[in-house]
Amino acid sequence: MSLDPATVRRIARLARIRVSEDQLAPLGAELSGILAWIEQLNEVNVDGVEPLTGAAQMALRLREDVVNDGGNADAVLSNAPDRAGAFYAVPKVVE
Amino acid sequence: MFDLTLAQARDGLRKRDFSARELTDAYLGAVAALNPKLNAYLLVTEAQARAQADAADAALARGEAANLTGIPLAIKDLFCTKGVRTTAGSRILEHFVPPYESTVTANLLRDGAVFLGKVNLDEFAMGSSNMTSAYGPVANPWTRRGDNRPLVPGGSSGGSAAAVAARLALGATATDTGGSIRQPAAFCGIAGIKPTYGRCSRWGIVAFASSLDQAGPIARTVEDCAIMLRSMAGFDPKDSTSADLAVPDYQAACHRSVKGLRIGVPKEYRSEGMAPEIEAMWQQGLAWLRDQGADIVDVSLPHTKYALPAYYIVAPAEASSNLARYDGVRFSSRTDGGDLTELYENSRAAGFGAEVQRRVLIGTYVLSAGYYDAYYIRAQKIRALILKDFTDVFRTVDALVTPTAPSAAFGQGEKMDDPVTMYLNDVFTGPANMSGIPGLSVPAGLDSQGLPLGLQVLGKPFDEETVFAVGAAIERASGFSALPGIRAGVAA
Repeated sequence: MSLDPATVRRIARLARIRVSEDQLAPLGAELSGILAWIEQLNEVNVDGVEPLTGAAQMALRLREDVVNDGGNADAVLSNAPDRAGAFYAVPKVVE
Repeated sequence: MFDLTLAQARDGLRKRDFSARELTDAYLGAVAALNPKLNAYLLVTEAQARAQADAADAALARGEAANLTGIPLAIKDLFCTKGVRTTAGSRILEHFVPPYESTVTANLLRDGAVFLGKVNLDEFAMGSSNMTSAYGPVANPWTRRGDNRPLVPGGSSGGSAAAVAARLALGATATDTGGSIRQPAAFCGIAGIKPTYGRCSRWGIVAFASSLDQAGPIARTVEDCAIMLRSMAGFDPKDSTSADLAVPDYQAACHRSVKGLRIGVPKEYRSEGMAPEIEAMWQQGLAWLRDQGADIVDVSLPHTKYALPAYYIVAPAEASSNLARYDGVRFSSRTDGGDLTELYENSRAAGFGAEVQRRVLIGTYVLSAGYYDAYYIRAQKIRALILKDFTDVFRTVDALVTPTAPSAAFGQGEKMDDPVTMYLNDVFTGPANMSGIPGLSVPAGLDSQGLPLGLQVLGKPFDEETVFAVGAAIERASGFSALPGIRAGVAA
């Protein structure tokens, strides 16, 4: 399994991390090394095994479907790099 | 005063041998003197600590001592602390001040603890050496005999372990996603426990891999860990995977006999190329338990070798999802771009270090269309087989004993050439996270270079009591009393 520069560019785009063109090949080699080590999982027979999603050996709880929190706009926005009133501010998205 | 364990300091406070303020001032002084050498603390909250200590003295004077009243602790900088900067060791959270308190730290405050400050860690808890912190590496207070080059304290809870080992706190909070409590505890010659998944609330802890992350204490002794866990643990409706179970008296469990307990020795952990000193320490630990009346039984966990490669699918997959929130819009740091997508990409490229970027990219890849079944679903099936291995052996044994890590502490900058070499630090610890079972590391002895080695005790889900009993039995037998060269109370 080897990740070519085009694949690395695609993954980086999906992950929203800027990777410069000259880093695509070395990063691809690094990630390929990790994936090559992971390939040993193909030795295991997993026929008929149910996937295990988590370590909690219990059913998830349900809570009452009611509003139990809110009205904290200032606290929520307190770490925003940029805000406009009670909103996060970002560069113009719609022309 | 620095020679006292947490349990002894608590007794001293209750008997008014010294005040909480005196204890806290002594620790703050030690932090000021030694932290420049160790870089364990990222932030010292002196004024808050003194105020909490004064409140503890008032409570003690009223005869209202809670479990941890007046005990100075260090808090891993992954736990959100209200009004106190929380960085997760990352540049992207450089200015993040949480408007809320994590459940675990709130529980500790409820029980009277004093917080000295926030301690260093690998960035977003991703690492085994504390070398990935955006705020610089932590030095292990131990060095090799006759060689003063700095060693790593392990990771990701490297600041927690270094602070406790150097006596810059009586205990510390930590988290463990693949070994991040147990490996640094072993590297620094102290004790640490990752409780069962669900025992401590994850609410307010910066998330790495939510199905694996679990908080626990690092402290000087097994009993000190037991005292701290009693306060940290407990049901929390704000964490959907929090266990609604009563928290037992773990301290009492430390004094239980191990006579008649069946201790399993998994043959798959005896890897080829295991360092002879690690193997010898393991055999010594088993002999100590046999001498105290435990039955030692060989067992098999056939899927052990697949736990770590499967972990490196599951953990990055969950991380890529959890870290999507750091977008340059909601938290702390932003790097501008021409449009919104560029803003995201620039903020994340500037804010995340190399290891975090690697894991987010791996996670994105294994979850992407066309690869999801081959990687992520297969890893989850292997996770089921790993759990089944443990479920099967725990039908016949009460606990397992293994080495904690495949080596003693290594040098800063070692094992950095290839990511997989660093990942293999977690070969003995990762299976407990994949299956959710509790695991404790206890110092057992020194290697020929004078560095501490730890043994790991694994137990049944929610049976931390047996884990504490076995760990304390090893601790008693080992009589481990060696101390690192850098520590409070000795002249530098």
